[in-house]
Amino acid sequence: MNTTQDKPARPAGPPAGPRKIPAPRVLPESQAFWSAADEGRLVIKKCNACGEVHHYPRDVCPHCLSLDTTWLQAAGTGSVYSFSTMGKGEAAYTLAFVTLDEGVTLMTNLVDCDPRTLAIGQRVKVVFKPSDGGHPVPMFTPA
Amino acid sequence: MSLNGKAYIVGAYEHPTRKADELSVVRLHADVAKGALEDAGLTKDDIDAYFCAGDAPGLGTTTMAEYLGLKLRHVDSTECGGSAPILHVAHAAAAIAAGRCNVALITLAGRPRAAGAALSLKAPDADAPELAFELPFGPATQNLYGMVAKRHMHEFGTTSEQLAWIKVAASHHAQHNPNAMLRNVVTVEEVVNSPMVSDPLHRLDCCVMSDGGGAIIVARPEIARDIAARQTRPMVKVRGTGEAPKHSMGGRIDLTYSAAACSGPAAFAEAGLSPADIQYASLYDSFTITVLMQLEDLGFCKKGEGGRFVQDGGLISGVGRLPFNTDGGGLCNNHPANRGGVTKIIEAVRQLRGEAHPAVQVKNCGLALANGIGGALASRHTAGTLIMERV
Ligand SMILES: [Zn+2]
Repeated sequence: MNTTQDKPARPAGPPAGPRKIPAPRVLPESQAFWSAADEGRLVIKKCNACGEVHHYPRDVCPHCLSLDTTWLQAAGTGSVYSFSTMGKGEAAYTLAFVTLDEGVTLMTNLVDCDPRTLAIGQRVKVVFKPSDGGHPVPMFTPA
Repeated sequence: MSLNGKAYIVGAYEHPTRKADELSVVRLHADVAKGALEDAGLTKDDIDAYFCAGDAPGLGTTTMAEYLGLKLRHVDSTECGGSAPILHVAHAAAAIAAGRCNVALITLAGRPRAAGAALSLKAPDADAPELAFELPFGPATQNLYGMVAKRHMHEFGTTSEQLAWIKVAASHHAQHNPNAMLRNVVTVEEVVNSPMVSDPLHRLDCCVMSDGGGAIIVARPEIARDIAARQTRPMVKVRGTGEAPKHSMGGRIDLTYSAAACSGPAAFAEAGLSPADIQYASLYDSFTITVLMQLEDLGFCKKGEGGRFVQDGGLISGVGRLPFNTDGGGLCNNHPANRGGVTKIIEAVRQLRGEAHPAVQVKNCGLALANGIGGALASRHTAGTLIMERV
């Protein structure tokens, strides 16, 4: 693990209310992803050289290092690979990996559901949630 | 070039503090450096190489070299979180074998507990491309490892009770360690009934948070023999090393294995050994699931059979098939700077020298393994494996 030593202490006690969603800090090569998110669309990167999809998106294909990559509209559906719910009451949230039908697995949250009813393998669909002063982010809810 | 026999661990020291209210981080580094030098019977002027990770203050090796007044001809600040000291031993052995230095000092220290820092990932780096695709979703160490545990349960039928046995074993060992933060022997029921932190991991599935640190001194064989001639204890030889990172692979995520599946075989190959030869294992126990993954990935049991391997006291010294973390480990003893790698090496050295607590000392311990997982299992981490031999 890493450490944040000698940083100011966090306030004691559980946070009040729902967790704030930090705005994504956008690098130029992922700007198109967040512009699509503004329109409620989920896109992923595909490599024209090797044909593989990847996520998170980048200019360079991580499978073959080709720069010939393009954006692909994702269906926005997939299945839960794993998840874990942390926190109590309103502050509780569920971190998850969801495997899109296009084949990539992405980190996300499972939302708008009772976490106790979730299961690995269950079908989910994308829903965009506002972040704190930035682009909306893709989360998933039972399909 | 094989590093088998090219270097020896001649000094090891663990800071006794668990909360360093009055000590700076550099002072903690200095304390453990002095302790390891004393343990080795060497002086500061014998040190010609220095290793620390990226969490050391200031410019790391440069800042520390000045603070400690070291005159060096080799430095290395390989950074891979809590596994760094294990890689530092391997890199020190390689540097010694290449003739670049004679005696290497490795230190790790921190005071996150006194500073009040929450157990969390490193402060965001604006240039890190993955963060926009992770931070909005609230990844923390606990829920990242929770996802690994949940997938392991799904794939292999591992149970919370089996994971709990790992904490139970650590607590059996920690009762004999006066410095351990948690010294009560706990039961499986107490672990699974402790509050849920991030499902399926309970509070007692998690390691402690502590200040402190540790240091290791690695030397070339001639120097190790000179030291041994003045001492009555056995020497500790570096016999095998391995390292490997694992990351998200562009979205091809598979949480069923760790990078130890690569670092372990490399270390065993260099050592000319198999897992069955190992008599004691120091395994980075940030969480109970971390230990289970390493047992499988290092080949102590087949993939998916870790739960059966650890249950019914499989890891308890004197009882089980593979004694582990006989100081209480991160789960009960300490986890200095939120980086457990150095303490894993130190307890393995104690075991090989016969200096562990008599209640947990492995009889005739000749071969020990230390493995570190630095980073987070679910997202990205680097594993380091070190096999040591008593000679
Ligand atoms: Zn490609």
